[in-house]
Amino acid sequence: MGAAMSVWEVVLRSVAVLAAFLVLPLLVGFMEHKVMAHMQARLGPMYAGGFHGWAQLIADAAKFVQKDDLLPTAADKGVFRLAPSLALIPYLVALAVVPLSPSIVGADAPASAVVVLAATAVGVLGGLMAGWASANKYSLLGGLRSAAQLIAYELPMVLAVASVALAAGTLSLTGIATEWRPWWLLWQLPAAFVFLAGGCAEIQRPPFDMPLADSEIVFGPYTEYSGLRFALFLLAEYAGIVLMSLLMSVMFLGAWHGPWSGPLGWLWTILKAVPIAFLFLWFRNSWPRLREDQLQRFAWLVLVPLALVQLLITAVGVVMMR
Amino acid sequence: MGSGSIGSADMILNIGPQHPATHGVLRLRIVVDGERLVSADPVIGYMHRGAEKLFEVRDYRQIIVLANRHDWLSAFSNELGVVLAAEELLGMEIPERATWTRTLLAELQRTLSHLVFLGSYPLELGAITPTFFAFHEREAIQAVLEELSGGRLHYMFNRVGGLKDDHPAGWLDRVTKAVADVRAGLADIEGLLMTNEILKARTVGVGVLSPELIKAYGVTGPIARASGVDVDLRRDAPYLAYGELFGEGGPGRVVTRTGGDAYARLSCLFEQTYNSLDIADACVARLSEMPRGPINQRLPKVLKVPEGETYAVVENSLGQNGYFLVSRGDKTPWRMKLRTASFNNIGVLVEMLPGNLVSDMVSIMGSMFFVVGDVDK
Repeated sequence: MGAAMSVWEVVLRSVAVLAAFLVLPLLVGFMEHKVMAHMQARLGPMYAGGFHGWAQLIADAAKFVQKDDLLPTAADKGVFRLAPSLALIPYLVALAVVPLSPSIVGADAPASAVVVLAATAVGVLGGLMAGWASANKYSLLGGLRSAAQLIAYELPMVLAVASVALAAGTLSLTGIATEWRPWWLLWQLPAAFVFLAGGCAEIQRPPFDMPLADSEIVFGPYTEYSGLRFALFLLAEYAGIVLMSLLMSVMFLGAWHGPWSGPLGWLWTILKAVPIAFLFLWFRNSWPRLREDQLQRFAWLVLVPLALVQLLITAVGVVMMR
Repeated sequence: MGSGSIGSADMILNIGPQHPATHGVLRLRIVVDGERLVSADPVIGYMHRGAEKLFEVRDYRQIIVLANRHDWLSAFSNELGVVLAAEELLGMEIPERATWTRTLLAELQRTLSHLVFLGSYPLELGAITPTFFAFHEREAIQAVLEELSGGRLHYMFNRVGGLKDDHPAGWLDRVTKAVADVRAGLADIEGLLMTNEILKARTVGVGVLSPELIKAYGVTGPIARASGVDVDLRRDAPYLAYGELFGEGGPGRVVTRTGGDAYARLSCLFEQTYNSLDIADACVARLSEMPRGPINQRLPKVLKVPEGETYAVVENSLGQNGYFLVSRGDKTPWRMKLRTASFNNIGVLVEMLPGNLVSDMVSIMGSMFFVVGDVDK
């Protein structure tokens, strides 16, 4: 980090991160509308805004704002109100430390990889709080499912990040991306797979959307929510996709490495994140949902051993290259 | 799983009457220990419409309108039971052209009904795309049925003594085209589902139904056949043109599986749909070489069915549907009792669900292929 930032710079950077945080999930959300529609032989939104329904999500947001903010009588009111923010804000914090290029980053923390892992782990609390505070049996089941899910994916994800951090010799995301070389695609492939699977479970996207499981427990922790608070949960889900895709791009796909990486590095980082986001949407369209215990099994018998083997391979590689 | 040792209380959970997994208004009152079901109690009757009582004050043409509604996914097959019972008491011979057209329509109806479940069951497991594919295929068949009858759901095309009208010119060719399209599309849905590891993980070995339970609860149809119970009225007590179709060299096959789990039930449904399409093709071939002729009987202004009683039972899309008709010689039946497939098929859930997780409960219920109207009547 360079010299201390002026107040204006802090404000400017915060506003930029907030803008990205509000715009990118909407783009992913709209992409989901369209990708899902075309995979299902439909057209998706076509009217809002005129051209291929580009303003659909803005219209949705306007709808959510107008809706009644329902509060169940038996709910633990404070916790119930707080939960959506707690689900959303950690993703904002995490996004602030993800670099788009060596110079474009909200806050270049020295150990940003750790910050990201810590912040996203907090995000899950939102779901747990909502599950408990709603005073609804379906919400409770959903909340307990998120808690169980947490045990499954956290460890493999941390191990996968440890592998790239070890390879690059730094805990800074900027540092990891700078050290990245094309042959890491192969060298760190198992870690990339583990991180993708773990990330999918973390943001509770199919096939790991058991905490929500609309056909089983209605909508899990979000069952009792309506209006803006419900929209915040939805925004958190798409912010999660944005964050996981950018992290994949930064840690495993070389971020800004590419032709004209000087002026266009940020574009490369985003372009590499797009196929990952597409993968998350594709999973949802083609796969059924696993059972919670099957995810545990998958995590402890496949992801954790794979991540440990990866750590070993990385360590051997680092020692040999020295 | 289970946490009896740390002194927890069981939780009573009402699934339904409005719940996405219950296809309407079935209600399940379950007792869960964590996510594991201790007991499950189906509470039915939310869609009871008193159909049997209404039959007693309607003439036979009006009854058909009512009777095609209890299983709203196979309206044509339901109409069949009523007219077959009435025709039997009347001792009425129906034209061959009507018999073969009825058979064709019954098989197209079976395909339509099966396609709904081939789409909706994956939806319950969290796969959202097959539904759209299945409904896309349904559209091809619904188009030809709509052209023939004017209806898309409740065709009201059967009459005592035959069918309402003959086919329009060129209709049989359009049926052939629709059947070919659906056969191709069905392969896509099957490819998306049956080899998928996640689907297998959710269905193989889940909700195993034993032949003993099937016999005890009177479970019929594809669900029973998926457990190896080799019963199909189209072959065992042939009506319409099924005697020939399921005879030597005919296209009809009784599809069975031995697994008895949710996967076997789904796979049974897939193969049965292919088979229905084959039978439909055979019916079209037969009808196109048949000379034009009457497709119904002239009926008197007031149709009175002679005194007596009969039981007509047909292999409906979801299982055996029976129509017990008692007539006192009036223009309305004295009593008409329905035996609907879904009612029995749901009854066995009491035995199947306890011990399973909530997720598997959804997987099992979806694989029992029921229509709530067919349960409640």
